[in-house]
Amino acid sequence: MDPSKSRDSAESTRVIQFPNDVLERILSLIDSHRDRSAVSLVSKAWYNAERWTRRHVFIGNCYAVSPQIVARRFPSIRSVMLKGKPRFSDFNLVPPNWGADVHAWLAVFADQYPLLEELRLKRMTVTDESLKFLARKFQNFKALSLLSCDGFSTDGLEAIATDCRHLTELDIQENGIDDISGNWLSCFPENFTSLEVLNFASLSSDVNFDALERLVSQCKSLKILKVNKNITLEQLQRLLVRAPQLTELGTGSFLQELTAHQYEELERAFIGCKNLHALSGLWEATTQYLPVLYPACTNLTFLNLSYAALQSEELAKLVAHCPHLQRLWVLDTVEDVGLEAVASSCPLLEELRVFPADPYDQDINRGVNESGFLAVSLGCRKLHYVLYFCRKMTNAAVARIVQNCPGFTHFRLCIMKPGQPDSQTNEPMDEGFGAVVKTCTNLRRLGVSGLLTDLTFEYIGQYAKNLETLSVAFAGGSDRGMQCILDGCPKLRKLEIRDSPFGNGALLSGLEKYESMRSLWMSACKVTLHGCQMLATQRPRLNVEVMKDEEMDDGQSYKVYVYRTVAGPRTDAPAFVHR
Amino acid sequence: MGSGEGGYEKDLNLEATELRLGLPGTTSSAAAPDQEPEARQARNNKRSLVDRCEEEASKDASRALQKDHDSAPSSKAQIVGWPPIRSYRKNNLQTKKTEAETSSSGIYVKVSMDGAPYLRKIDLNVYKGYSDLLKALENMFKFTIGEYSEREGYKGSEFAPTYEDKDGDWMLVGDVPWEMFMTSCKRLRIMRGSEARGLGCAV
Repeated sequence: MDPSKSRDSAESTRVIQFPNDVLERILSLIDSHRDRSAVSLVSKAWYNAERWTRRHVFIGNCYAVSPQIVARRFPSIRSVMLKGKPRFSDFNLVPPNWGADVHAWLAVFADQYPLLEELRLKRMTVTDESLKFLARKFQNFKALSLLSCDGFSTDGLEAIATDCRHLTELDIQENGIDDISGNWLSCFPENFTSLEVLNFASLSSDVNFDALERLVSQCKSLKILKVNKNITLEQLQRLLVRAPQLTELGTGSFLQELTAHQYEELERAFIGCKNLHALSGLWEATTQYLPVLYPACTNLTFLNLSYAALQSEELAKLVAHCPHLQRLWVLDTVEDVGLEAVASSCPLLEELRVFPADPYDQDINRGVNESGFLAVSLGCRKLHYVLYFCRKMTNAAVARIVQNCPGFTHFRLCIMKPGQPDSQTNEPMDEGFGAVVKTCTNLRRLGVSGLLTDLTFEYIGQYAKNLETLSVAFAGGSDRGMQCILDGCPKLRKLEIRDSPFGNGALLSGLEKYESMRSLWMSACKVTLHGCQMLATQRPRLNVEVMKDEEMDDGQSYKVYVYRTVAGPRTDAPAFVHR
Repeated sequence: MGSGEGGYEKDLNLEATELRLGLPGTTSSAAAPDQEPEARQARNNKRSLVDRCEEEASKDASRALQKDHDSAPSSKAQIVGWPPIRSYRKNNLQTKKTEAETSSSGIYVKVSMDGAPYLRKIDLNVYKGYSDLLKALENMFKFTIGEYSEREGYKGSEFAPTYEDKDGDWMLVGDVPWEMFMTSCKRLRIMRGSEARGLGCAV
């Protein structure tokens, strides 16, 4: 036989030819969108099988693709997650009316995905019109989750409650919402039973408690309930006895004068919650009533105390009852002493977030500092995610922390005073962050702060080979810093920079890089309009959006948002966005 | 000297930065014509220079804030979006702080003293502990309380500080831990005379 022919037939049998329905059956078991992306690149047959079986699509930048393109490729979508504005919009760095309006997407979905069940939006603009449209057009709609969105009011929620007959999830978190009234809760139909997730913790209007109580009693599958501040302890008790099956609970206000009898009843209600693994809310929690939680804490894996200004002893007593805690969010009122207690009580801790109770307080002795972080790193060897706001830090402490916990995947350290040096040596924090990237080889997300020279960025470029997200503020010395990042971090997807001396040279050094990234944000840097224009001209498949920086009065400062897209320049850009 | 100084003054445009009482547009020559020109100039110079310095300093501070990335900006100014905390969280914390500072949560309590013509109101949050509170009460009502002992109450005084707790009972101040006292105290009454001596005596 001709050797080349036999080689050919050998080649063709290497890619096993499954019948289509078998292939589709197998692929339908794959959930991760990254795996699915990989699958779609194997061959045309696999690409087609994948696109027909995909039920959930994740779009990390709503302007990277158009709804029409999505619908054309994926005909059978039931669940969509969309992210809109750049992350710095959370900190008021993006002007209002910038865009990311979900309506254009909903219009296409109503046509192409009438059976859509789930919609999860982050940093999108959602109007009441859109919510009413959603409730009307999608008869099968089940789950709505809105995080850090804006543009809607509680009127829109009324439409959802009234018309979505099969609603299982309503999750409204930290949005710029116009909170007109709590009437929306009363709009659920009388015989409504399907709710599994209800989170209205961040809404401030009173809801009708009788309606809530009835809802909770009727929805036997309710697993997650997070109420707002206005729900009292007494009311909480009544809800808990009707929903002992809860796995996640967000309490209302923890401050109320209870009689001894009421206190006992509340204690018993918590004892009855045997399946609780996540607890949050706890506004105004005080020493008096925290003990009612103790019986429910045994199985807790997530404790969110970031709205309860606890003192160190209060935290110490509470976490002593939480041996299985994996994730803890606290305010810095607990101080280093409180964190030491966490270190000794929660050996399984994997994630710690410490938020500042008073972000504008300059007193360096308030809040948490290096000793608290160090203590946790010693006691909790599985720690891999930290978000830490502090007023001072040292290179030595950071180096020891990552030595204790080399498995960090997310290291976000925010020394609150911009450009603050090592509090012991007065040197830049270069060596500390250098230690982080050298030691933590699995590092995916890094947030740097303090006084930093280009050396930090040299270290990051050289060592952070798995880094995907980097946040920079008030750091660096010259273009070289940013260049090191762009040259050195192969897996970089999101780079956000503010108030740092990187200019056109740095911006343009990323010419080869930006199409492999999701986005780049630069504000209050040294980039000029000319530099942006050069970038835009040389890379037509990038959208280069430029906004005048209103905070700077020199008229020369710009905010730049660069992102890859297959949808071309956006058609809904407001006047202040130049292309 | 006069014209020379006047010319120098004009170049610096000190008039524009001068602090003056009077409507804008009126010149300093209208005021105090009987004063010596030198003295007036000196006075104007001094004020204007100070003004100018202040203006320059604030400009420098804001410039530093906005442009100088290497040095830390003025500590008084707040930078937009820094520290990076979501608005929802920031608003929640700030309202909490204001509540604690101004509203009651049971912390503003009335204080009455037997024989005094009117009552006072105090914020228990302001005091660090019992000694702090009692000192303040002593000052407010001009009396002395004496030393506290667990056994005998406030011995050697004809006054006894008492408070009404949540159950409506009148308790002697000082028996329970300070935090517990703060949350359970509804009002204070400084008893005097025979009634006072009745409290704290061993039964």
